[in-house]
Amino acid sequence: MKKVKLRKFHAASWDEPFIMQMGNAGERGILVPGVDPEIAQAVGEVESLVPENMRRQTPPALPELSQYHVLQHYLRMSQMTMGMETGIDIGEGTCTMKYSPKINEQLVRLPKMTEVHPCQDEETLQGILEIMYKLQGFLSAISGMDMFTFQPGGGANAVYTNACVFRKYHEERGELAQRDEMITTIFSHPCDAATPATAGFKVINLMPDKNGYPDLDALKAVVSEHTAGIMMTNPEDTGLYNPNVEEYVKAVHDAGGLCFTDQANANSIMGIARARDAGFDACHFNIHKTFSSIHGCEGPASGAYGVREELAKYLPVPVVTFDGQTYHLDYERPHSIGKVRSFMGNLECIVRAYAWIRSLGPDGLRLVSETAVINHNYLDKLLMKIRGVTRPYGPDKRRLEQARYSLEKMYQDTGVGTIEVRDRMVDFGIQSYWTSHHPWIVPHPFTPEACETYSREDIEYWAAVIAQISKEAYEDPQIVMNAPHTQAIRKMINLEQLEEPEKCSLTWRAYKRKKELA
Amino acid sequence: MGEKWFVHPYIPNSVPDIREEMLREIGVDDVEALFVEIPPHLRFKGRLDIPEPIRSEAGIQRHVEQILARNKTCKEYLNFLGAGCWQHHVPAVVDEIVGRSEFVTAYCGANYSDHGKYQTRFEFNSMMGELLNMDAVANPIYDWGHAAGISLRMASRITGHNRVLMPKTTGPERLAQIRNLLQPQVMSTHIAIVLVDYDADTGMLNLEDLRNKISGETAAVYIENPSYLGTIENQGPEISRITHDHGAIFIVGTDPMSLGILVPPADYGADIACGDLQPLGIHMNCGGGQSGFVAFHEDVAYLSECPLELYTIMETEVEGQYAVAEMIAERTSYGSRDKGKDWVATASGLWTIGTAVYLSLMGPQGMKEIGETIISNARYARNLLGAIDGVNIQFNTASFKEFVVNFDGTGKSVSKINKSLQERKIFGGKDLSGEFPEFGNSALYCITEIHTREDIERMVEAVEEVIK
Repeated sequence: MKKVKLRKFHAASWDEPFIMQMGNAGERGILVPGVDPEIAQAVGEVESLVPENMRRQTPPALPELSQYHVLQHYLRMSQMTMGMETGIDIGEGTCTMKYSPKINEQLVRLPKMTEVHPCQDEETLQGILEIMYKLQGFLSAISGMDMFTFQPGGGANAVYTNACVFRKYHEERGELAQRDEMITTIFSHPCDAATPATAGFKVINLMPDKNGYPDLDALKAVVSEHTAGIMMTNPEDTGLYNPNVEEYVKAVHDAGGLCFTDQANANSIMGIARARDAGFDACHFNIHKTFSSIHGCEGPASGAYGVREELAKYLPVPVVTFDGQTYHLDYERPHSIGKVRSFMGNLECIVRAYAWIRSLGPDGLRLVSETAVINHNYLDKLLMKIRGVTRPYGPDKRRLEQARYSLEKMYQDTGVGTIEVRDRMVDFGIQSYWTSHHPWIVPHPFTPEACETYSREDIEYWAAVIAQISKEAYEDPQIVMNAPHTQAIRKMINLEQLEEPEKCSLTWRAYKRKKELA
Repeated sequence: MGEKWFVHPYIPNSVPDIREEMLREIGVDDVEALFVEIPPHLRFKGRLDIPEPIRSEAGIQRHVEQILARNKTCKEYLNFLGAGCWQHHVPAVVDEIVGRSEFVTAYCGANYSDHGKYQTRFEFNSMMGELLNMDAVANPIYDWGHAAGISLRMASRITGHNRVLMPKTTGPERLAQIRNLLQPQVMSTHIAIVLVDYDADTGMLNLEDLRNKISGETAAVYIENPSYLGTIENQGPEISRITHDHGAIFIVGTDPMSLGILVPPADYGADIACGDLQPLGIHMNCGGGQSGFVAFHEDVAYLSECPLELYTIMETEVEGQYAVAEMIAERTSYGSRDKGKDWVATASGLWTIGTAVYLSLMGPQGMKEIGETIISNARYARNLLGAIDGVNIQFNTASFKEFVVNFDGTGKSVSKINKSLQERKIFGGKDLSGEFPEFGNSALYCITEIHTREDIERMVEAVEEVIK
């Protein structure tokens, strides 16, 4: 490994006001089509078209700026945002911050996608339906499931779809009143607990055993005639593949429940292992993670949800079918759960995923997973040499594409914890890492994922930044405690206000009012 | 990998020498050694059954373009479909900003490195707050249906009641989505939906039916304005009074595009407003442009029950410098899993940025003018269609950009009429005969600012021809 030279980075810092403070009365950002004079003559005054008590009397206090200045303001906003394409984004583990190819971006911005209405006759949607149908097939091959839907507008929406499908399954069997418990694991994404709760289930969270796997004995103790199913992840955010996964599935199946695997962490298993082969009845993929669709400041996203044959009749409508010549939208599905999101989902994500898979093929997909696992293990080797970094659970166990680390030791030694490190690393021109979902079972956590996008040099740079911050923490912790130093803004103050809603302002108008009152 | 190996441009470490060196550094001979934790019988032994790769970028472009070419678009055809996804003009500056690499590829970066993203979110909230005349706007979620569903669930938690009233004019697909969120009856936390009749002449809520169905056990009354069927509800103040007299929460779903000329729901008593951002600068994307907003007054009870992320303005060490940060995060599913309020997740972040740019461009005058053009265009189309023999307009009341057209008098089904229109490169209004059989052969027509007088007249002439 060559010596890494850390960058002297400084983020754009435009000292830019809020747009509500900008512009002048009367400026225009865009002109819109006016009322055609002949139409005006035919239909009369606009006032006459709106019931009197429904006419807006006070115009909304929106900003008034010229077009150039709106553009400039938001270009500055974008420059003060570190996209994964500029900052090495190995830190946002479980998010699989992979490169979303520009050619695919061009394709989804064609009018053939952007100017299509979802209620058009299926005859006029043949292109997008073909892509949906074929991608269903690819995901079935990767997971072993029989049928997929792309309706969910994100990963959690797909996980929720699963809760609805399991609910419908038990409802149709007349057992729903009795089967009102859903089991999940504490290292699964919060949505594996929250969405079944929203769907009406009592949720049981399994804690990890001493090896970091969900406690199998605890599972065996809680499954019963009340069990609707389990919603779990493998590998979990620890990066550990649970080798006894079939025993969990069996315990739940034996009790009459169904089994779902949340595959947000699927980047390590394409062509390596399949959900169905471990006995799962259903699974999902995050199209914006594993399959390269954009992250878009948190959406538009897509959760592809797949099931085995017996559950296919419950999928939301419509379902795409193919008669050998033409693609169809099938709404006549009496057992369907109905809708989980309007129309057919975020189909631009589906086009990106299709194009990405076609560029890789079967061996390429496997190469993605192999490389993601190699990259992570390479990073792991570097991180484990850094003072203050530990990796709980199974010290001799191989992690797949990511792992959860702890800075507890650094915190105990120096007072510098994971939040401070997160806020310092951005000074070196890389994106802040993601710590962990709550609760922090692993204290002072961080969870990197060096997916296949990143080069060896990127991984070495990332590890070198953590090593540098460790050195600072042990030698001169104030540098870290006062970070960041080279960002758009300085450190926030009065953080305790974030827990006091009456001291917060969610809009500029609320802030102004409070300031004037004060 | 074997003979199929190729160095892939998206995978730098696919260069064999680099891979070998990395494996050596890790201390293994073969990549298989890294998968030891997966039991052999769970390993997938075959080769994935997906097509061989298209190796060049040019090839990918050609291939996908050829498939997408089979879509017909609303630029090639004259479009009158709406029903929750609406064709409006998307300003070039919006496309420029939502196409910026930084916004396209950022995700959950924290406050400092992604300050621009956070400031833009706060600006979005602030401008939506002005449009809606409300002080608290949450970070948006999937779409209108989800926004309405979680608003109803909020109301249920705030009031402690589990019965909500909704209009019978609610679109069936949105209603299906809400039904899932409010759970089947057998669940112990089920929230019952009671549908309130509409006035057959006006399409507005039947107040007598509302009075009959509301009680002290009602958590919320939800209406839409404009409604799914396009009508403007002018009984807002009265519905609000009835709702509040029973201690229930008044929720209004609204098309924000109408709010340059229509009174915002808060002004007639709405406690929660929700709806879809898609009309405000987001391409239709075959339904991929939806984004659901939720707004309310600054009331701790509402803030505490909102499942979505809430952002507040903050101060920094530098006087006069602001930051934006997430508040009371413990309340969300990210903070408390199943003990949090419903769930929050990745949904439609880029579209909130697009909407911020859109509202900045439009300003108060732009929103007023576009509203005027839309309502005038729609009325013009409605008048011309209604004047055709055998064609009737379903409701005699004011409408914004959509209205129901009844073809019973033509003796032709909507599906047949729409097929004929399609041959003339026109997408007719959405067929309602399945969704609202009580309207007979009816379609929901949508007219916006993108339609010219000539477009409308061409459509009307085509309808006249095809019903003959």
